[in-house]
Amino acid sequence: MIGQEVTFWIVAPLMVLGALGLLFFRKAVYAALSMAFVMVNLAVLYASLNAMFLTFVQIIVYTGAIMMLFLFVLMLVGVDTPDSMVETLKGQKLAAWLAGIGMLGLIVFGIGAALQGGPNVGLDEANAAHGGNVESLAALIFGRYVFAFELTSALLITAAVGAMVLGQHARTRPKPTQRELADARMRDYAESGAHPGSLPNSGVLARHNSIATPALLPDGTISQASVSTTLAERGVIVDAPALSRNTAAVFDAVESGEAEEDDE
Amino acid sequence: MITLEALAPVAATGMFSYAWLMIATPAVVAAILLLFGSILDRIGHWLAVAAVLFSFSIAACLFAQQLQSAPDARAVAVPMFEWITTGMWHISAGLLVDQLSILFALLVTGVGALIHIYSVGYMAHDERRRRFFAYLNLFIAAMLTLVLADNYLVLFVGWEGVGLASYLLIGFWQHKPSAAAAGTKAFVMNRIGDLGMTMAIMAMLALFGSSAFTAVNAAAPHLEPFWATTIGLLLLLGACGKSAQVPLQAWLLDAMEGPTPVSALIHAATMVTAGVYLVVRSHAIFEMSSAASTAVVVVGCVTLMAGAWIGSSKDDIKKVLAGSTMSQIGYMMLAAGLGPVGYAFAIFHLLTHGFFKANMFLGAGSVMHGMDDDVNMRHYGGLAKVMKVTFWTFAMGYLAIIGVPGFAGYFSKDHIIEAAFEVSTVAGVTALIGAGITAFYMTRLMVMTFLGERRWREKVHPHESPWVMTVPLIILAFFSVVAGALMNNWIQEWLEPATGAHVQETALMPGPIGWATLLVVASGIALAWWIFGTKPVPNVAPASGNPFTVTGRNDLFGDLINDTLVVRPTLAVSRGVVTGDDRIIDAGADGLAGVFSGLSSQARRLQTGQVRAYALTMTIGVVLVGAVLILTQLA
Amino acid sequence: MSPDNYVYLAAILFTIGTIGVMIRRNALVAFMSVELMLNAANLAMVAFALARGGLDGQVATFFVMVVAAAEVVVGLSIIITIYRTRRSTSVDAANLLKL
Repeated sequence: MIGQEVTFWIVAPLMVLGALGLLFFRKAVYAALSMAFVMVNLAVLYASLNAMFLTFVQIIVYTGAIMMLFLFVLMLVGVDTPDSMVETLKGQKLAAWLAGIGMLGLIVFGIGAALQGGPNVGLDEANAAHGGNVESLAALIFGRYVFAFELTSALLITAAVGAMVLGQHARTRPKPTQRELADARMRDYAESGAHPGSLPNSGVLARHNSIATPALLPDGTISQASVSTTLAERGVIVDAPALSRNTAAVFDAVESGEAEEDDE
Repeated sequence: MITLEALAPVAATGMFSYAWLMIATPAVVAAILLLFGSILDRIGHWLAVAAVLFSFSIAACLFAQQLQSAPDARAVAVPMFEWITTGMWHISAGLLVDQLSILFALLVTGVGALIHIYSVGYMAHDERRRRFFAYLNLFIAAMLTLVLADNYLVLFVGWEGVGLASYLLIGFWQHKPSAAAAGTKAFVMNRIGDLGMTMAIMAMLALFGSSAFTAVNAAAPHLEPFWATTIGLLLLLGACGKSAQVPLQAWLLDAMEGPTPVSALIHAATMVTAGVYLVVRSHAIFEMSSAASTAVVVVGCVTLMAGAWIGSSKDDIKKVLAGSTMSQIGYMMLAAGLGPVGYAFAIFHLLTHGFFKANMFLGAGSVMHGMDDDVNMRHYGGLAKVMKVTFWTFAMGYLAIIGVPGFAGYFSKDHIIEAAFEVSTVAGVTALIGAGITAFYMTRLMVMTFLGERRWREKVHPHESPWVMTVPLIILAFFSVVAGALMNNWIQEWLEPATGAHVQETALMPGPIGWATLLVVASGIALAWWIFGTKPVPNVAPASGNPFTVTGRNDLFGDLINDTLVVRPTLAVSRGVVTGDDRIIDAGADGLAGVFSGLSSQARRLQTGQVRAYALTMTIGVVLVGAVLILTQLA
Repeated sequence: MSPDNYVYLAAILFTIGTIGVMIRRNALVAFMSVELMLNAANLAMVAFALARGGLDGQVATFFVMVVAAAEVVVGLSIIITIYRTRRSTSVDAANLLKL
């Protein structure tokens, strides 16, 4: 029992912190990660509560499947744009906090009072009934709750079909042909002077050839079109002129060395 | 004069239990003609004629049986079914075949059958002939219901039924706006009369607990004078509406827009006399109230003179006859109002009038048939030579109506004049003068139509009508001559149980009053001949400043009076009501709606569309509900 | 150990989830807050199961997880659909639900 308490007092503050991260991280991806952290800790709590089956289900289903699904979607819709924390609805934030604290008070003083002096039986007997936690749960799920269990299968199928239906988006206009694309490109060139050809490659320098390296134009400036705008926004673009300066210095050194050799 | 209690009718046996077939047959045929549509176009009219002839044969058989049975067993009650059973009211529908109603049934079916046959020819070229005959049969059924009913409620069903048939037939040529308007006018004016009728029936139900004739007759002698007068006046109002008596006379002249057989059947021979039937049927009530009887006499006298006045000034042959009809019904009303002394004569005159007026209307129809539906007598003249049958049959009717001795009208009208002098000199003198005016305008009609020079329009080639039209004319002319003499002494005796009046002596030879009547009639004829027979008749009515002529030509300004006294005030009131509705009631409702609409547009601001705001609202709600629950727990 | 502390922890997590739904504009984060609320409830149920000596609470938690999985699948599809048409995952942008 000591172990249980120790576990609780270590894990619980971490969980609260993680949950608060959900409220305060401006980037959604951080919020998702802190949520995953909360869930892993919750699995630990399940373990300390003699719920071994749920511990692993929590890890596999929640942390492994659901939270990863969240992350995928986050990446789909743009992982980088941080949320503005400026509240647009007047008084919404204050009212939300007040209401939340009010609810917390109600739960703690309402339910907590009811809990005082409740039973504390422990699960040893129940787990031992069928030879272990998983076996006992299985006996319940496939016994008393088998109908609900079958219903969840229908629910899952429905959800899967629903997700597919929602994910499919009907094409509202016919897919453009190659010729139409070419025509459109030429039209853009005629109207706005946009370059009709393919975009320039990223820069290939002596020490760098990542796609984050912009290409240099003949006059030594960088070509903005040669790197992805996403990378540009993230600010991970390699500073090509600096690199070229570096190279130029090396060249200069090499050339001056040759001159010295000539002198010798 | 002793008033007898009406004898209790005996139960129906044998033939009498089939009396309902008289009504059912034309009603069913009317339904068939209306429902089965154009497949009956070719034979429908003969079906209708057959139905009426069938009804007539039943009526004739019943009449024959009544003639054979003892006088106290002649009235037969034919109960049919329990009609209304609600609470304490048990009103049964049944027929009463007594001496009075059988005469009516014979008149309605007999004259009706003749007019049906006549219509086969008259309406031969009308596209909607089948429909016309359906309406005619409907009328026959309704009229028989009216006269054969054994209580006032069933009578009222027939009363409304004939009103409906009359409306449909007046407006039969509905493509003419004037015909449609005339139908509506007749219907609306009849409603006023019906109001009196319904109120009288309700009063009877309230006072006697029953509307059966036997019950009313039995209870009437114990009636308070006030109620007797009230019910009497209400019944008179109903009778005025149906019989086109002053002050509800204005519709009858417009009703001439309908086809001529309709005018003959409904607006001369049968329906318009229903008022007289009603008064005679309700004699027990009128005998209890001298005020009501006097009112009947006054109405009769006024209408008698008014109708004669209109008849003297019109150029439209049908309107002259319509005025004459009003006037003759005035005679009947006068007789009916005189009390027991006059009932039989009222019915007598009603029957003879049914024959000769139907005869003359059909004759007028025959003339119009030959004159391309021209009704203006100033365009006639000299028709006696080209339409011989029509002329001679019309002449029989003419002689009958003016009361030439030996003809039908002589007997009936003379009796009424004599009876009127017996009761009141004023009524007598009015009736006497009326007889003179009748002679004047009927002579005028004869002279302008059949005699004198020909004033036909171009392209009009008068010709005699086909046999289906002339045969009914001949039959009716025959009865116009002999009906009076046939029934003269018999009818009083026959009607004695039904009207409760004793037989009084009538002489074949005219008494002093009779001679005076003949003198007045002769001077009327002479005056008309002097004015219209000796000088050429102008083609258009000469402008006249004579107030009598002007008033007569304008139907005694009946429309103007109605318009001023009723229509305009009603319109003003309804406009006021509409304004009040718009300004006060509607405005109040609109204002209330506006208040709520304003409030809700304020409440609508809560609906921001922001999901987070909704979440907040929900959370606050949860907190509040939870707090309340916990606090109540604590308390 | 009595379940009280677990329940209080669950209450705190639940409240944080509620507040998250109310103040975060990113639909994904709001959705994660909903998941946090579900997890908090689960924790409470597992704690009750321990306290009462029955496994029914754990079974209920298991079912909640299944339902949450289904819910997440559909919910994320909806978010993607909205993103596809409106180019935004802000719940404030989807404010057509007003008059």
